[in-house]
Amino acid sequence: MTHIAQLAQQLDRIFVLAKHWLLGFVPSAAQPICSAILSVVPVILAFPLLFAITTWLERKGLGRMQNRYGPNRVGPCGILQPIADGIKSLTKEDIVPITADHAVHFLAPVLLVAASFMGFAVLPIGRNMVIANLNAGVLFFFAVGSLMELAVFMAGWSSRSKYSLLGAMRAIAQMISYEVPLVLASIVVIMQAGSLSTVAIVNMQATYTGIWPHWFVLTPWGFAGFVLFMVAATAESNRSPFDLPEGESEIIAGYYTEYSGFKFALFFMGEYIGMFATSGMAITLFLGGWSAPFSFLTWIPSYFWFFAKLLALIAVFIWVRGTLPRLRMDQLMNLAWEFMLPMTLLNLLTAGIWHFMPAGPSRWLVCSTMVAVPCILLSRGLKHKKKFQVHTYHYSE
Amino acid sequence: MVGEGILKGMAETARNFFGSYFRKDRLTTVQYPEERDAQIESARSFPFLVYDGTDWHDGMRCVACQICEKECPPKCIFIEKSKDKKPDANGKPQFYPATFDIDISVCMSCQICVEVCPFDAIKMDVDYSLSTDDRFGGLLLNKQRLAKSDAYYNSIHPTEAAAVDARLAAERARQEAKAKAAAEAKSAADAKLAATTPAQPASGEPR
Amino acid sequence: MILAVLTVAGTAAAMGLRNAVHCVLALTVGFAGVAALYLQLGAQFVGLTQIMVYVGAVAILAVFAIMMTHSPEPVKQPAFSSQWFVGSIVAASVFAVLAWEIRSGAAFTQGLPPQPYVTVQQIGDALMHHFILPLEIMGLLLTAALIGAVVIAMGHEEEMK
Repeated sequence: MTHIAQLAQQLDRIFVLAKHWLLGFVPSAAQPICSAILSVVPVILAFPLLFAITTWLERKGLGRMQNRYGPNRVGPCGILQPIADGIKSLTKEDIVPITADHAVHFLAPVLLVAASFMGFAVLPIGRNMVIANLNAGVLFFFAVGSLMELAVFMAGWSSRSKYSLLGAMRAIAQMISYEVPLVLASIVVIMQAGSLSTVAIVNMQATYTGIWPHWFVLTPWGFAGFVLFMVAATAESNRSPFDLPEGESEIIAGYYTEYSGFKFALFFMGEYIGMFATSGMAITLFLGGWSAPFSFLTWIPSYFWFFAKLLALIAVFIWVRGTLPRLRMDQLMNLAWEFMLPMTLLNLLTAGIWHFMPAGPSRWLVCSTMVAVPCILLSRGLKHKKKFQVHTYHYSE
Repeated sequence: MVGEGILKGMAETARNFFGSYFRKDRLTTVQYPEERDAQIESARSFPFLVYDGTDWHDGMRCVACQICEKECPPKCIFIEKSKDKKPDANGKPQFYPATFDIDISVCMSCQICVEVCPFDAIKMDVDYSLSTDDRFGGLLLNKQRLAKSDAYYNSIHPTEAAAVDARLAAERARQEAKAKAAAEAKSAADAKLAATTPAQPASGEPR
Repeated sequence: MILAVLTVAGTAAAMGLRNAVHCVLALTVGFAGVAALYLQLGAQFVGLTQIMVYVGAVAILAVFAIMMTHSPEPVKQPAFSSQWFVGSIVAASVFAVLAWEIRSGAAFTQGLPPQPYVTVQQIGDALMHHFILPLEIMGLLLTAALIGAVVIAMGHEEEMK
């Protein structure tokens, strides 16, 4: 192997090698638990750092999109703004309403953050760099995602305030509704890969024909699945344009109205980390995980590609937030049940047909039309239907 | 096309984002306090007292007529008239304000004091960065702090100051012309008186 | 062992707590404990599905039901009902029957068989081949329930108009 290729391979395995070297210092009885700790600690350090950087990126990005500077006072280009925000939220007084349910009020942000972090356990961040190679990795991820809804409810209920409860109910309804298209959109990938293990799914996508990778997003059903997954992921993490439950101009802050100081920061962090975890899952399922986009770029380390793709998806999230207005609750629910659910089911059918047709341009044509035509017809039909809706207003009797 | 609106919107925001790095006029923010927007000429904040020349005490136009104190709606002007007189810009001895205080925490910038002043002595300033941490006297401006030169007045309100200066100069010229005419008339009368009196003994002999 | 204690404690708390929402949350802890027990036994699919379905959906359903119907103040009722003696006899007898059945069951008398490594693919195969009829009937039942729920809700809305 050439010198460059060897160096590239060493660079790729640098974290794995570092972990083995560190484990050498530990007596063999404690090695399993130390191995687990050594796998978990970098994730716990890296992703909150990414969260801080993302808050800065978001504020600067949104500012530039809205024809203004973002924060530019605190450091050069405002880069120390996340630290200022962190200090602010740590030093604020922690106000808990006197009628609130103190135990549940305290546990809600803890559960949210814990659930968000648990999702990272099955994401392969690099070659041979996954915390837990579960056989049912994808299922674990969705199971943990459903814990977040419980945390949202706990937050809204324990605050004993109208706005919180209303926001919590809306948030849970939204999260449950969008979990269905999220899971269905990922089922197509599981069908094609034949396994629920995230490592197996990425390994399947890390091969190349010519210079093109075998990423699932580069197929008609994969592309549709990716778009549906991303829309559902945006809704799952209560992010604009689906952020009605926490809409600042509508219901103050929804389910975390009564939180202040560090707990608010924990909610904020939990939401963003959930966004990263779902983006990471999208990358794993559709964008090929840690594999390079072209076969001549494989010398760049795998973890670099994972984070590059993650940053690209974060940029898309910020971009969409800066562009689209907020969806109303009924529009949100209609989108989930009337558009996304049929589309995901059709996508399943398309993926099945793709699997059974012989490789070649014919299956591309068939599957592309199977995805595109219903999408166009359905969206046109739904838009027309809106014109004839009769709006009745129920006044309180 | 399906999704056209969303894609067009996203193209617009992308154009905003990248354009903001290349064309500075896309960013409409004024970076206060390093940059400030220019104020229009008729901007006003709080009153100040105008003085002519270089000495703020001797050149002050105010003659303590106390009209502005009486007309001020929130009564934020406090004047104490002096006991003696000093000459004003035209040389005429006038009273002057021994104390002239304006409480700018009360002042509502209505400009009535400016409108009623017959001597163009009080005008509106444009300085807004007047915050202070002295709660009890910091916003009570005394005569010295209120006194600003006519050159300063010209710099903040050019057309208005030019009109005032022209009017005052015309007034001064008229006064001077009147004084000169009076002096000439007086000297002509004196000369006439001087001419008639010594003519009598001189014209005694030819009779 | 720890998990068993956690599960039992969670479900006991679900019965004993005053506040209805606290009860549901304690029940959720019990569900999570059961899921962890499944995972410890090596049944990955069942354990994770238990979390997804019970904690993620059933618990939410329960809290929604409580939110809509109960008042937020804890109900002022004594923690132990007046018929606790008869209740404890019934519970003890049920426990005795179950324990006797399990003790005399195959696992204890003949020793545990080698743990079968069940993959999700095998579960899917079994569902599609052996258990296709129950699967379809369940699907039909769920569809009927869903349509019934929608009809009831829509009927209510018609009434309100």
